[in-house]
Amino acid sequence: MSNANTNANANAPTPASSGRVAENRIIKAVANFLEWYGVPRLIITCFLLALLILAVIYRMDLGSLLGDSLKRVGMNGLLVLAMVPTITCGAGLNFGLPVGIICGLVGGVFSMSMNLTGFTGFFVAILLALPLSVIAGWLYAKLLEKVAGQEMMVGTYVGFSVVAGMAIFWLTAPIKNPSMIFAIGGQGLRYTLTLYDYYAGVLNNFLAFNIVIGNFAMTIPTGLLLFFGFFCVLMYLFFRSRTGLAMLAVGSNPEYAASSGINIRKMRYTGVIMSTVLGAIGIIVYAQSYGFLQLYNAPLYMAFPAIAAILIGGATLRKATISQVIIGSILFFTLLTTALPVVQTVLDGSEVGGGISEIARMIIQNGAILYALTRVGRR
Amino acid sequence: MPEKVPAQSANTPNAQTQAHAHAHVNTKKIGAVLGKNSVPIFFLLLSIGGIIAAGLDINYLINELLGRLGRNSFLVLSLLIPIIAGLGLNFGIVVGAMAGQAALIITTHYGWTGLGGFGLAALISVPIAMVLGWLTALVLNKAKGREMVTGMILGFFANGVYQLVFLVLLGWVIPMKNPAIMLPSGIGLKNTIDLFDISYALDRGLDFIWDGFIMTEVGSIPIGPWRIPILTLVVTALLAWAISFLIRTRLGQQMRAVGQDMHIAEVAGINVNRTRTVALVISTVLAAWGQLIFLQNIGTMNTYNSHEQVGTFAIAALLVGGATTRKATIWNAIVGVLLFHTLFIVSPLAGQKLLGIPQVGEYFRVFLAYGVIAVALALHAWQAKVKSNKELRGE
Amino acid sequence: MPGTLFYNLHIRIRLVLRGEKAMSDSFVLELKGITKAYFGTTVLKDVNLSVRPGEIHALVGENGAGKSTLMNILFGMPVIHETGGFDGEVMLDGESVRIESPRRAMELGIGMVHQEFMLLPGFTITENIKLNREITRKNVVSRVLGAKMETLNVPAMRKDARAALEKLSLSVDEWAPVAGLPVGYKQFVEIAREIDKKNIKLLVFDEPTAVLTESEAEYLLDAMRRLAAEGIAILFITHRLDEVMSISHNITILRDGEIVAQMPKDEAKIERIAELMVGRKIERAKLPPRGFEPSDSEIALSISDLRVEMPGERVKGLNLRVRKGEILGIGGLAGHGKVGIANGVMGMYPAMGEVVKGGMDVPLNDSKAALQAQMAFVSEDRRGVGLLLDESIEMNIVLTSMQAQNKFLYKGPLNSLRLQNGKRIRSHALKMIKDLDIRCTGPMQLVRRLSGGNQQKVCIARAFTLEPEVLWVSEPTRGIDVGAKQLVLDLLVEFNRTHGMTVVMTSSELAELRKICDRIAIVYEGKVVGILPPDASDVEYGLMMAGKAGNVKEVG
Repeated sequence: MSNANTNANANAPTPASSGRVAENRIIKAVANFLEWYGVPRLIITCFLLALLILAVIYRMDLGSLLGDSLKRVGMNGLLVLAMVPTITCGAGLNFGLPVGIICGLVGGVFSMSMNLTGFTGFFVAILLALPLSVIAGWLYAKLLEKVAGQEMMVGTYVGFSVVAGMAIFWLTAPIKNPSMIFAIGGQGLRYTLTLYDYYAGVLNNFLAFNIVIGNFAMTIPTGLLLFFGFFCVLMYLFFRSRTGLAMLAVGSNPEYAASSGINIRKMRYTGVIMSTVLGAIGIIVYAQSYGFLQLYNAPLYMAFPAIAAILIGGATLRKATISQVIIGSILFFTLLTTALPVVQTVLDGSEVGGGISEIARMIIQNGAILYALTRVGRR
Repeated sequence: MPEKVPAQSANTPNAQTQAHAHAHVNTKKIGAVLGKNSVPIFFLLLSIGGIIAAGLDINYLINELLGRLGRNSFLVLSLLIPIIAGLGLNFGIVVGAMAGQAALIITTHYGWTGLGGFGLAALISVPIAMVLGWLTALVLNKAKGREMVTGMILGFFANGVYQLVFLVLLGWVIPMKNPAIMLPSGIGLKNTIDLFDISYALDRGLDFIWDGFIMTEVGSIPIGPWRIPILTLVVTALLAWAISFLIRTRLGQQMRAVGQDMHIAEVAGINVNRTRTVALVISTVLAAWGQLIFLQNIGTMNTYNSHEQVGTFAIAALLVGGATTRKATIWNAIVGVLLFHTLFIVSPLAGQKLLGIPQVGEYFRVFLAYGVIAVALALHAWQAKVKSNKELRGE
Repeated sequence: MPGTLFYNLHIRIRLVLRGEKAMSDSFVLELKGITKAYFGTTVLKDVNLSVRPGEIHALVGENGAGKSTLMNILFGMPVIHETGGFDGEVMLDGESVRIESPRRAMELGIGMVHQEFMLLPGFTITENIKLNREITRKNVVSRVLGAKMETLNVPAMRKDARAALEKLSLSVDEWAPVAGLPVGYKQFVEIAREIDKKNIKLLVFDEPTAVLTESEAEYLLDAMRRLAAEGIAILFITHRLDEVMSISHNITILRDGEIVAQMPKDEAKIERIAELMVGRKIERAKLPPRGFEPSDSEIALSISDLRVEMPGERVKGLNLRVRKGEILGIGGLAGHGKVGIANGVMGMYPAMGEVVKGGMDVPLNDSKAALQAQMAFVSEDRRGVGLLLDESIEMNIVLTSMQAQNKFLYKGPLNSLRLQNGKRIRSHALKMIKDLDIRCTGPMQLVRRLSGGNQQKVCIARAFTLEPEVLWVSEPTRGIDVGAKQLVLDLLVEFNRTHGMTVVMTSSELAELRKICDRIAIVYEGKVVGILPPDASDVEYGLMMAGKAGNVKEVG
């Protein structure tokens, strides 16, 4: 936006020749397009297209690339969706997502310790996580209320401390299931808990099918996508309900909301609690797809990919939509999934490949967040 | 609004209150001192508790602390200037640490050794850190009001670029051959690089005068063995002096003004963005040097991890010392380093003693670092909000 | 304005004839044909103004008259250059100057005492007075790294500060921190800072007494007189007219960005100034007739002892009765609380008192209760309170009604989770767009992209959608084009006549109040001093606004 304006302003006073005017018009049109599509989204789209073209040129297994990407989108989708309520209610990006994630992990761990398997295990995990995440969300909302204006920074470090503090809990948790605790010592949960005998893949395999066209074969994780889709629809409907629109007003202009008789505090709390709950469910979905529950420091940086995804989808610090969640998830996670195998194939034989996709993730993810943070807040 | 203000001169409180105040003055004074230093006092008690629980040998603790004071204080001090200039806690010092490491990689590659090699690394790191500090300022000046979160993300971003340079481009695009520090493939640096070339170069830079080794007995109490990193402490003291000098200059006055209120500073004719840039460049250069001091003491470099936690730990230490995001002194830095690192040394041992699980202590100190920062940030944001509410109500 | 030139000449001749000594013959400051527009809205039009050394020149005008813009130009504030600069010429000591930054203004000898204090609370008085003009000493480092590294010479700074404070006869420790000082002292520290600048020629006071007590204000005016006597030119911005009369030599009255009059003090009268500030000769067009005439026999709303804590617009124990079916105007000068009334009743600012509507108490400090009592509010702060700038027109129009009255929702068991009825919203929005003639590309257009006038229409549509019995409208025409102004006023009349809505309209423009209102209540110092008919004389209005009405008048 600022680009478009400065260009227009800078050139306006000079008596421009017609060529200049045409040039200006092109600049303006380009600027408008960038404004509409968004610079990060454009860069990522180009990257992704380049990777896919390379994959085709190098005759890679496109089916498994796309199948894996779809899986990755589905497993991260809810965590990205969790950003929408906090952005909409005016609390900004939820850097404190680990608060919700931890609740989900606790649910997942206890469901596992009860030796529940399949969908039972999965849903019991969610049921256990729900009350926890509502309480944690409420407390977190209370804190954010006190630090309004600094939510992002405080959220980040609250998230970090909760993760570190919970590590002590994992070490001392009263769980005796031998497949979950350290082999030596008889106490303390393992760093990663394998879900294969419990509820790994329940959603991914639900109604899953293969598409085979000649050489091209890809697996569709139907249940996973349905689950993500279901929550997207729920959220979509919510933001068209009276409460959802009230939340939107609170985030967009608190004074307008107040003058409309909306209880601002209640809406902020609702938004933060919703986000925390989504984070909790999100990590359980993630874990069943991944096949492991990752404890200790693993959730530390989990908020960042979700934040990057929604920003790449075109969201700002003040506004986010469900379509941005879906577009952002697809772009960012497909990119992450395809980058490694494509780069490795292209740089065949060279040892460079290994690190490069992780490096690309760091640069793209944090670049997208940086871009959003440095854009001037309009008001 | 005007009616509410007591039309009373600032320096002549009326007689009644004066008499009244006199009786309370002592308890009040003590209360104020305690209240002002509640954070360091809390951590002091925690440390003492930890020392008792762990049954730690005091001589061992002092020796450890001397070393840690030497290797960490410089980094913590590098945080002060941005706080004065109103940029809050500079999470961007990670970028400075990277500059220091880049310089160290260059000197190690050429095999420059000793204090000379160290000095050369310090010299080489200056232009790198200045450019990076300038870039940091470009970004942070576009994110006024959210400098800290932006600085933090900038650190993550820079880490990506750093890895791109030293893991991928080095040896592939940038021509360099050195099997001692590079991966067998000839591309990228090894994960750990031995720094024996400059190990203890500064800490023991004055060994030709006195090696700083103390081991004696006072009465029947054994003192030592302690080893004082003399030159490092001298350099750190010099920095502390330089910072207090800077505050008393015109530039320092401008920084303080910008730190209090950018708008008022602007109206007074101060170039706000420039002043902030200078503060960040200085901080970044200092962080580069701080990282060099840190690494010469450690003796090895985790090429891709050494810098990651630099920001977190330095900031946590400063906050433990009683600093806030808006006010920090040299004493906050020194007290903070001592207390924070006491806890760092003590907590695994205390965890082992109390719960029988040493990892509890490990996680506890990480929790401590993050928790301290979270609480400090929350307190600051809360106070700022209370203050602005009061102003709105005209109090 | 050809008259202005003549005026200046006129003043000049008179002054020369009278042989005023303090004032020199040449001008310190001359503004010539200053014109400034923000985003297409003209806020200053061909402003000419000149000030001599030793002259106190008062610049008066209502909020939004263009005073602050003029000062921003004079002080080189970035906001002016960021919005495309201005037309016209600024001359200092007879030379044309370009003031591109506050720093430049300072170098040229222009000082400013700000309305909100430009003092750093954590600095001492001395540090504030010497901010960015510190006295320094050279040292080893500065010889290498430049002047910025010179150390502060604190004793010299304190000495200067002391001298400046003494000039104002202010006895306060120059090393005291500013944070704990009473408001009055802060003001003097500001002034001390300006007069400490050795080359100071022109000092601008931007509503300096707004935050002071009466005695503090007296003291300040004294200080201003003394400064002028030393040959400093003073530009005094205020809307306290008694102060203008007490110290100024010449008076310029600004309205809607134009100079409406310039006169020496001796020729001025408070009532005349008040009238010029707000008044505008207009024809009261014939308004459509109504079925019944509103009268005291049917009261829509009665307010007693209302107190509202709205900063800058406090209401202090106001009584008012609104007749059913009338258009009641609320007028008065800025800062006297007229804007606070609607904000207090509608729950936007903390309020105390009693508001009775249709025999029922309306709870205060509760926007929802006010809305549910069938009242609606079009705020004076359009972009701040009135609109969701990044949402669509239709959402802006219906959201309040949806939240407060559960309209535009599908049926559902839980009110809070009922879904929006997109069809009903759309058809209502289209109707509003058509009825109110909102110029837009469609109901989905973002409100941010609309012009000021059309944004205001959206605000009015939002209030109208609530189908209120009493509609509060604050400053409905501020900051919108002349053409749109008339449309907005017509709309209010139409609501009143065809829908029987009782309208309470607050405005700084007396002219528009007189155009459409049945009665006009004038507020002075937080209370209603009188209610006048729209055809009362200018003199009556002027007197009342200046607080000089003997007793409360009622009109029938």
